[in-house]
Amino acid sequence: MKIGLVSGNVVSTINHPFFDGHRLMICDLIGPDGEPDGYTIAVDTVDSGVGDTVLIIDEGNSARQIFGLTTGPIRAVITGIIDSIDQA
Amino acid sequence: MQLGRVTGTVVASVKTVGLEGIKFLVVQPLDKHQDSVGKPVIAADAVYMAGPGELVYFVASREAAEALEPRFVPVDHAIVGIVDQVSL
Repeated sequence: MKIGLVSGNVVSTINHPFFDGHRLMICDLIGPDGEPDGYTIAVDTVDSGVGDTVLIIDEGNSARQIFGLTTGPIRAVITGIIDSIDQA
Repeated sequence: MQLGRVTGTVVASVKTVGLEGIKFLVVQPLDKHQDSVGKPVIAADAVYMAGPGELVYFVASREAAEALEPRFVPVDHAIVGIVDQVSL
């Protein structure tokens, strides 16, 4: 899983039927040392908003299982909103 | 998923089984500010409505193969949505 910072969202009316009714968030990915590591567009399942630090699953089969699907063009899904991170 | 700008079309009259009727477009990957990153890719149009000049989002690898009907056609990238608006 990856850690990301929600920085925006994408609105689309013409899309693959899977994405109907799903929110798409632009997430800046954060590396292990807190450095920026690109971005991804992720499907939201937890009502996240801009500014939230979130947990992202970036693996297709797990993503499809979340939506109870065996097929679907989906990979990145926001699965949690992070309250805090403690590093020893 | 990643943002991309459609910059051209690809026409191939001889294609492998499963790719009949699928439109291929040249897509320049973009960062979240819509600046170009990396080299253009050839993506299958899974929304059947994308065209040159449009801002789209696309998936890669297995998710691309899942985006089209019948599933598991041999494509590397697939456009799964046309962007109306990006809010940052």
